[in-house]
Amino acid sequence: MNARTVVTGMGIAAPNGLGAEDFWTATRNGRSGIGPVSRFDPAQYPLRLAGEVPGFVAEDHLPGRLLPQTDRMTRLALVAADWALTDAGITPDEVPAFDMGVVTSSSSGGFEFGQGELQKLWSKGSRYVSAYQSFAWFYAVNSGQISIRNGMKGPSSVLVSDQAGGLDAVAQARRQIRKGTPMIVTGGVDASICPWGWVAQLASGRLSTGDDPRRAYLPFDAHAHGHVPGEGGAILLLENVENARSRGARIYGEIAGYAATFDPRAGSGREPGLRTAIELALADAEVRPEDVDVIFADAAAIPEMDRVEAEAIAAVFGPYGVPVTAPKSMTGRLYSGAAALDLASALLSISTGVIPPTTNVEAVPDYRLDLVTDEPRSTPIRTALVVARGHGGFNSAVVVQAPSD
Amino acid sequence: MSTKNFTLDDLKRILREGAGSDDDIDIDGDILDAGFEQLGYESLALLETGSRIEREYGITLDEPSLVDATTPRALIALVNAHLADSLAA
Repeated sequence: MNARTVVTGMGIAAPNGLGAEDFWTATRNGRSGIGPVSRFDPAQYPLRLAGEVPGFVAEDHLPGRLLPQTDRMTRLALVAADWALTDAGITPDEVPAFDMGVVTSSSSGGFEFGQGELQKLWSKGSRYVSAYQSFAWFYAVNSGQISIRNGMKGPSSVLVSDQAGGLDAVAQARRQIRKGTPMIVTGGVDASICPWGWVAQLASGRLSTGDDPRRAYLPFDAHAHGHVPGEGGAILLLENVENARSRGARIYGEIAGYAATFDPRAGSGREPGLRTAIELALADAEVRPEDVDVIFADAAAIPEMDRVEAEAIAAVFGPYGVPVTAPKSMTGRLYSGAAALDLASALLSISTGVIPPTTNVEAVPDYRLDLVTDEPRSTPIRTALVVARGHGGFNSAVVVQAPSD
Repeated sequence: MSTKNFTLDDLKRILREGAGSDDDIDIDGDILDAGFEQLGYESLALLETGSRIEREYGITLDEPSLVDATTPRALIALVNAHLADSLAA
């Protein structure tokens, strides 16, 4: 079965906006959520900036029973899932349990929760470690908690491929819809702004330094020197188009194409897999390069990686062939939450006809990118491409299209 | 006899601290004979509760008898029996 898959709901928790409306208002206007770390004292670390989700009080949204057993990333994911379902007009109680599944992405699991329990382990002993540590840190915990809270007994899984995960999860959700489950909650939310998360991320060697939020994360710029970590992401409701139409749902757009590739071994001299991922995603969507109206870039902000991405885009679309943007310049990189958030932005670009800007950046001229900087650009958008790369060689690309009549 | 006695109020406090409580289930009511499942506490919540009781009261509850204590009344009796044993020993 090749059922068409559409997005009918979204819930967003991002550093520059809690809720889809706040997020989009900030994003289209170039308002950043990057600032000094407030969740712990970062003074002794080389990076002291982050994109933190503002004003989230879990107690206001979730029952008390869930609080002792959830990491911050799970609390954000549960609330974003609630918002996505409300946005889609779905009351889970009224839908057969096996008609709904959950597929999310994860990168490191519940680090802040895990850090707290490890501290209890070495300072007080094993009897002080919470029984909930058994799953609260775990990669699949967001999928599990969303499915339990909403009584969703359809297919459930987790994809772990770092920053590419958000797209890989959406693709897996589309597979499950094609196999016959009418609705899948998908996307990704991450949050590991805690000392343990910080040192783990610093070890990648890809983090920026400095204390100026406007100069710390500069993808495609001559001064690119790594990224700022952020937290949050997006949860989307994916639905079989027939199901969506029969209940008169508002449709944001269609997940029209997807592909994933893996990079060749480092030092092999072979071309990285990104260009192929883009070409295969376009082929899967049956669109030509000239049909694409905007690209949401991975935007690593490591000069070699920016060059790889710019070359892949120029190879497929021609020099300056298509507008490119990286709104994650306003949020930092959200790991498993990043690509789902970019997908939400792409869908909001389609509905509003606005490409949000890449902030504080001036593109390196020989990248030959039509990078949308400084100001949002108004233009009709029917087809958008979202590109994401995960640490270790993951490349994924998704094509989203405006709903057809 | 025992100077340390484990009461329903102790259990409620430990349940709240370790596993939280929901607004829609009133554990301040008469819950002595309500099943833990019915009160919204699944096996992991009871494992956490058991572990908190153990370290606060300095006793060891074996897992099979913890699993058999499916109501607050049964769990309170189990804990008090262990407290009495530890005093007698």
